[in-house]
Amino acid sequence: MAETIFHLLDIGFFAALLRIATPLLLATMGELIAERSGVLNLGIEGTMLLGAMTGFTAAYFTGNLWLGVVAALATGALIGLLMALLTVVLGVSQHVSGIGTTLLTTGLAFFLYRMIFGQPAVPPNVVAFAPLPLPVLSSIPILGPIVFNQTAITYLALLSVPLTWFILHRTRWGLNLRTVGENPRAADTAGVSVWSMRIQALVISGALMGLGGSYLTIAQFNAFTFGVISGRGWVCIALVVFGQWLPWRCAGGVLLFAMIEALQLRLQANNTLNIPYEVFLMLPFVMTILAMALVSRNAHAPASLLIPFRKEER
Amino acid sequence: MIHLRLERRETTPAWLQIALPILAVLAALILCSFLVSLAGAPVLDAYSELFLSTFQTPYDVQDTLVKASPLLWTGLAVAVAFRAKFWNIGAEGQLMAGAMAAGYIGERTFLPGITLVPLMILGAAAAGALWALIPALLKVKLKVDDVVTTLLFNSIMLYGVMALLEGPWKDPKTGYPNSPVIETAAQFPILAGDTLHLGVPISLIAAIFIWWLMDRTTTGFSIKAVGANPRAAAYAGFSVNRVLVTAALVSGALAGLAGAGEVGGVRYQVTSDLSSGYGYAGIVIATLADLNPLGVIPAALFFAMIMNGADAMSRDTGVPVYLANVIQGVALLTMVAGRLFAVYRLRITRQVSHG
Repeated sequence: MAETIFHLLDIGFFAALLRIATPLLLATMGELIAERSGVLNLGIEGTMLLGAMTGFTAAYFTGNLWLGVVAALATGALIGLLMALLTVVLGVSQHVSGIGTTLLTTGLAFFLYRMIFGQPAVPPNVVAFAPLPLPVLSSIPILGPIVFNQTAITYLALLSVPLTWFILHRTRWGLNLRTVGENPRAADTAGVSVWSMRIQALVISGALMGLGGSYLTIAQFNAFTFGVISGRGWVCIALVVFGQWLPWRCAGGVLLFAMIEALQLRLQANNTLNIPYEVFLMLPFVMTILAMALVSRNAHAPASLLIPFRKEER
Repeated sequence: MIHLRLERRETTPAWLQIALPILAVLAALILCSFLVSLAGAPVLDAYSELFLSTFQTPYDVQDTLVKASPLLWTGLAVAVAFRAKFWNIGAEGQLMAGAMAAGYIGERTFLPGITLVPLMILGAAAAGALWALIPALLKVKLKVDDVVTTLLFNSIMLYGVMALLEGPWKDPKTGYPNSPVIETAAQFPILAGDTLHLGVPISLIAAIFIWWLMDRTTTGFSIKAVGANPRAAAYAGFSVNRVLVTAALVSGALAGLAGAGEVGGVRYQVTSDLSSGYGYAGIVIATLADLNPLGVIPAALFFAMIMNGADAMSRDTGVPVYLANVIQGVALLTMVAGRLFAVYRLRITRQVSHG
C-alpha cells in the first residue's frame, strides 16, 4: 500500500495538485479578505459559477482568453458590489444575503448559458490557456516542471498569497481593513470609513472568486458545465476557518485539500477495488470537516464578523 | 439640506407583515422581467404562462400541490432551525437522508405490508434528524461553524447516495443508478386524482403542528428565546446547547420527511436527482414567511407554482426554465432587504445649514 502511494507521487501528481489548488487559492484569498473586513461572503459558490460562465462566454465569442479573464473579474466584482449593497449599506443578515446571492447567480449562470448556447449535443469549447513555461525557472529539476510550467492564472493564484499577506499585514490599507473587521467603532473614530473598507473588500473578494471560477472553464478545462464548481466555494469557506484567517495558513490548507483531491483522482484512475468513484469525490469533503473539527476550538474569527455597522447606532 | 435617516420602529404594523412578502415577490418578478425580455419573449405572455399553467386543469392543481409538499417540509425545517439561529443550510442533504431511509424500508419484503408506510415516515424523520444532529453536535461540542458543516454535508450526502446507487444499491432489474422500486404496499395511497398522495395533507398538518409547537409549547418558546438572545436564555435557565440540538433534530426530521414524501408518493425509488434544490428553496420560503410556520404554506405554494410553471413557460415561450431559480434568489434578496422597512422607517428630515 505504502509503495503504491509512493508510486503515485510523481511530478505529474504535484503539477496536478497545483492545478487543483489554483481556483481554490484565488477564491480562498477572496473570502479571507471579505471576512477580515467583517463580512462573511457566502455568495462565493455562485460567484465562482457565474465567473466561470461569463469568463468562458467572453473567451468563446472574442477568441481572446484574457478578455475572458477580464469578464470573470468584472462579473465577480459586480457580485461583490451586490453583496456590499446588502450586507454593508443595508446591513441585512450576511447568511441570508450570501445564500440569496449564490442562488441568484447560480440561476443566472444556468439561465444565461441556456439562453446563449441552447442545448447543443456537444458543449461549445474554447482553446484553453496553454502552460507558460517560465524561462530559466522551468528548467530547475523537479521544481521547474511542477511550479514553473503552469498556466498564467496559476502564477497569478500563487502570487495572490504573498500579495494578500503583504497588503493585509504590511500596509496601512490592510491594517485599516483588519481594524474594521475587529473593532469598527475604533476604526470609525480614527477616521477610517467602515463602509468604504468593507465595500472595497467585497469587490476585491468577488473579483478573485470570479477569476478562480473562470480558471476552471478557460484553463483547466475548456468548456462550461453546470456542475463545474460543485461545492468548491463552500470548501473555501471551510479553508478560511481552517487557516485561522491568516493568508499563509489558508494557503497551506488549500494545498492540503488539493493534495487529497489529487490523491483521490489518482486512486480513481488506479481503482483496483472497483469502489464507485463518488466515494473518492466524497473524501475531500469529509477530510475538510475533520480538519475543521480539529482546529475550530481555537479558532478566532474577526470579532465583528457577521455584525453590520451603523454609524448612528451605539 | 434634506437628510434621509433610518429610524428604528417601536412596533411593526400588521399590514406591513403581510404586505412585505407580497411586495418582495412582486419586486422580484419585475426585476426578472428584464431577463424574460432578454430571452426574447413578451413578458406578460411568459408570466401568465408561468402562473396560469399551474391551475388551469385539475391535473395542474394536483401537480402544484404535490410539488408544494416537499417545499413545505424544507421551509418548515429551515424556519425552525433559523429561529434558534442554527444555520441549517443542509436541508438538501437531510432530505436525501430521509429519502434513503424511506427507500430502504419500503423495499423490505419481510415487513408486513401495512407497517411499511408508517415505518418509512418514521425512518425518514429519524435519518434526517441524525444527519442534522452531527453538525449540531460539532457546533455545540467543538464550536465548528454550522453553516460550513451543513453545506459540506450536502455534498457528502449527495456523493454518498450516488456511490450507493452506482454500487451495491443499483436497481438489479434495469441496471440504472436508481434504487429498486419499493413494494406496492409501501407506496403512499393516492387520495385524489392520480398524483395527490398521502404525504401532501400530512405536510399541511405538520405546518399547523409546528406552528403549535413553536407558539404554544415550552420547547418552541425555548427555541425562540435561544435564537433571540442566547445569553439571556441561559440566564433564564435554558440549556442553550440542548435547545440548539433539539432545534436541529426537529429541523432535520422535517427535511427528512420531504424525502419520504418524494420516495413514497412520487418516485417510488431513490434517485440522485430526487431533490430539485428543495433544500435551498426551503431557505427562500422560510425567509418569505418570516420564519412563521403558517406563513410557510402560501410561500411553498407560490414557489411550487413557479417551479412547475417554469416548465410550461419554457415550452411555450422558449425562456430558459432556470428563470425559476433566478426568481428564487432575487425574491430572497428583495425580502431580506424589504424586511429592513419592518424594523426601520425612513425619515426625511430638513436640517438648517449653519453658516
